[in-house]
Amino acid sequence: MKHFLMATGALALSLAPLHAQNFDDPEEFAKQQEQLQAEPMGPEGQPWLQHIGDGMVETADLGIEGPATVCFSNAGVNNPWRVVGYTNMTEEVENHDSIAEFIHVDAEGSDDKQIADIDDLLAGGDCDVMIVSPNTTAALTPAVERACEAMPVIVFDRGVNTDCPVTFVHPVGGYGFGIQGAEFIAENVEEGADVLMLRILPGVDVLETRYSAGRRILDEAGLNIVGAEFTDGDNAKTKSIVEDYLMRGNIDAVWMDAGATAVAAIEAFEDSGYEIPVFVGEDQQDFLRKWQDEGLTAIAPTYPTFQWRTAVIAAARVIEGEALPGPEWVLPQPAITQDNLDEYVNPAMPPLHYAMCGCEDMANYPGAWGGN
Amino acid sequence: MTDRPDTQNAKRRLPQINPVWILLAALIVAIIFMNPGFVEPTGYMNFLKRAAPLAILAAGQVYVITSGGFDLSVGSLITLVVVGSSMLTNNDPTATYWVIPVMLGIGLGVGALNGLIVCFLRVPSLIATLGMMITLNGVAFLWSGGAPRGYLPDTFRFFGRELIRDVPLVRFIPISVIVLVVVVGLFAWLMHRTNLGRHVHAIGDNPVAARLAGVAVNRVRVTAFMLSGLSGAIAGILLGGFAGVSTDVGTGYELQAITAAVLGGAQLLGGRGSVPAAVGGALALTAIFTLLNFLGLPQPVRQVVQGLILIAAVALAMHRRKQTGT
Amino acid sequence: MSIAEDAPPRKTGFRFERWAPLILLVGAFVIYVGIALATDQAQYLTFDNLIAILGRSIALGITAIGQTFVILVASIDLSVASLISATAVLASVVMDGSPAMIVPAVLAAVALGGVVGVTNGLVVSGLKVNPLIATLGMSLIIQGCLSAFVSNFAGEVPEAFQVFAYGEVGPFPLALLFLAAMAVIAWAVLKFTKFGSDMYAVGGNEEAARFAGIKTGRIVVLSHVICSVCAAIAGLYLASRLRSGAPWIGSDGVYDLESIAVVVIGGTVLAGGRGGIWGTMAGMLIFSLIDSVFNIAGVDSFAKQVLRGIIIVAAVAFYAIRSKRIVA
Repeated sequence: MKHFLMATGALALSLAPLHAQNFDDPEEFAKQQEQLQAEPMGPEGQPWLQHIGDGMVETADLGIEGPATVCFSNAGVNNPWRVVGYTNMTEEVENHDSIAEFIHVDAEGSDDKQIADIDDLLAGGDCDVMIVSPNTTAALTPAVERACEAMPVIVFDRGVNTDCPVTFVHPVGGYGFGIQGAEFIAENVEEGADVLMLRILPGVDVLETRYSAGRRILDEAGLNIVGAEFTDGDNAKTKSIVEDYLMRGNIDAVWMDAGATAVAAIEAFEDSGYEIPVFVGEDQQDFLRKWQDEGLTAIAPTYPTFQWRTAVIAAARVIEGEALPGPEWVLPQPAITQDNLDEYVNPAMPPLHYAMCGCEDMANYPGAWGGN
Repeated sequence: MTDRPDTQNAKRRLPQINPVWILLAALIVAIIFMNPGFVEPTGYMNFLKRAAPLAILAAGQVYVITSGGFDLSVGSLITLVVVGSSMLTNNDPTATYWVIPVMLGIGLGVGALNGLIVCFLRVPSLIATLGMMITLNGVAFLWSGGAPRGYLPDTFRFFGRELIRDVPLVRFIPISVIVLVVVVGLFAWLMHRTNLGRHVHAIGDNPVAARLAGVAVNRVRVTAFMLSGLSGAIAGILLGGFAGVSTDVGTGYELQAITAAVLGGAQLLGGRGSVPAAVGGALALTAIFTLLNFLGLPQPVRQVVQGLILIAAVALAMHRRKQTGT
Repeated sequence: MSIAEDAPPRKTGFRFERWAPLILLVGAFVIYVGIALATDQAQYLTFDNLIAILGRSIALGITAIGQTFVILVASIDLSVASLISATAVLASVVMDGSPAMIVPAVLAAVALGGVVGVTNGLVVSGLKVNPLIATLGMSLIIQGCLSAFVSNFAGEVPEAFQVFAYGEVGPFPLALLFLAAMAVIAWAVLKFTKFGSDMYAVGGNEEAARFAGIKTGRIVVLSHVICSVCAAIAGLYLASRLRSGAPWIGSDGVYDLESIAVVVIGGTVLAGGRGGIWGTMAGMLIFSLIDSVFNIAGVDSFAKQVLRGIIIVAAVAFYAIRSKRIVA
């Protein structure tokens, strides 16, 4: 009981900051909706070099001389998306003679550890440029600020609350992801159709924004959201949840905030003997293959892993003293649709490989990514 | 749980009903009340199919607990089995017939290693299996380079996914339910009808006395860990079959298995434990999750309820033991 | 291992246990220096760097000090990780950026720790629930209550409070000195007070301690309170370090299992009654050194896990192998 009282106290006190934490920001939503439509600048067919918006930062005055040491503080390689991304990264490093050494430290998903890692690198890493993929935005800000004082810093994937890094590399963003999937559903089902929303877990900003954008569009289209469930990214749990919903009622479309468990959700329909409805997945090979084999009506929004390449390219440009897009390097965020599905399905690649890796033309493809 | 009959007064001769069955019955009544569809075969068969991996794990875990230890490594073992199977089968449906025995062998091997570390290096099982948990997780990732490299072929997924249709009375039976019945039957027989089971109880109760009585303490303990490892491998095969490849399938299963065994009245640090009751505990735990799901309660509430039930179940067991003086 | 075999049994055995954590620590340090030299990265051997290593695992160290107390009385606490999250969030929410609220926030966090500790202690000693289950249940309850209300970083720690994690006194981080002070106090409590000797008695043999007139229940409750308050302080430290609290910081840091591993590697016996604070501190430093060795050697993060698991088991086996007891 006492805990309950304490927790209630915590609730009362926390209401204010909870409101401040806004994952449903109409301005950001509109901005990302626009960016999805924008024509990116840069070489065509190489989205990892492209950028949306025309801000550039000069790096000649940073005074780094090549070849130099690049240090990378990684939040972790604790899921297949990060594994594919990290492979992109190490392969990209090979392309740059200006990067003499590439030091990688892995925080295994802990903020505390990543702060310590950055401090270690600053104390003795002999780094010339640092790349940081923050585990969380708020917690890593002070560590990144300290790093900025010592050397040029490049941040990618999740951001930090400071503009001291040379640039922040990221694709359009979570709202964009949510928009692409939900708009596809709205176009492909009748008004009033039943939509099940599957989410990984609460609280992660990139996932929350996907959900709020998706929900907004589904609501505006007059669709009936039968439920929004957390799956913990667990296949077995996902399958059980969908089976339970099927026992209780109809589902015309499934929206997901991340595609890792999409195939398990599809199997729940198959195993229970139902038609597979309209599906939103992601660019993992197992989903794309299922889509192609079963002829689904589906879309795969992406959060491209090629941004891991871009971070290295940005570091190389800093060393070479070239200008680069900044203070934000916004990458395009293409979705895989029926029209270009065949380009991305590749049975030689592992089931959990993310197809939008921009890695097909790299030297060690597909071996380094686990393909045959 | 409050309607526990007062066992103190009379009926001392009658065998006591393990409270886990009362709990399970109450939960099932509540589920049927919430969702009448549960009495249909699709309802209860799906329930059993879902509970099968945990029930099998609990049946294995109860050996280790009864012998006086813990096995925290089974969750990672499940992950290793799923990832390893996808690596070994490498999309070849005919590989299943040798991959499954290999996986069962890995389960037995991991269990044996746990047992040997506990018995001969004298590392407490909590730490030994914690180390094993971390190591196996690393091995699974190291083996696959971070993400599994192959699909699990349908032949492998048969055990966790397929059904036998057109069965009289129940319409269909999931293969995993058959696996559950067979494995649990075997584990229960070993525990309650053989010398091994008596020895497991004896060393959990008092290892020194057991040794003096001529029980090969180390061999029995290693066997207990091997059975737990075996149950982990079987659970992994079922989970991989049910849901396909992923990298964190087993997360959290070790604590759920211990919880299930404890709900079934197994006594931590040994001496007391029953396979059927542990399976009952696993079914009750799954039923709790199902019920909370039907009630539409969010994840946090589920955690709180699980925590309260866990403490209450053990507190009640201790209370009963004190009253009955055993 | 050869040391273990060389040492004659009996009398020196006691000594060996006493010095084992130090031997392990020196071993870890030698490996660190060796790897730094072998990989031609002597820059990692500077004073600054050694301080950085010492400061790597402050939160783990604070938690492990508390964990030592419960393990000494043959109990255990699996609820520290969720308690760390809960107190970090509570403190950061109460402060919400205002320096005036620092004191109330600290008091609230410590009070929450106290309440959890008392409850854990009473459930363990009063209801006789196995401590593993009692604190696992408590952990679920705390985590559930917490995530019912917050799902992300909540509140904000004012600059003034960030001194706790980022302040420096001369060349030393403030938090490091704080940890050292806590260790000294804990050592003094265990060594010089009646409560301390009672704890060893209860952990060694609860029945005997009770017959000797020790109020064993009270000792168990008190050690749980100390453990939970330490976890609350670790939560405060993390809130200061991360500038806010989030409901996952405790579980992400695996402080429950890691703190137990640190204590055990430090030579405190899970069965209770033997061990001490300096071993725990050595255990914490070993963990920090291992992390740093992995970083400078550039060990693949999956291989890291494999090695860490093996190291934990091997380190514990290093002393346990000589015991004649049958372990749980």
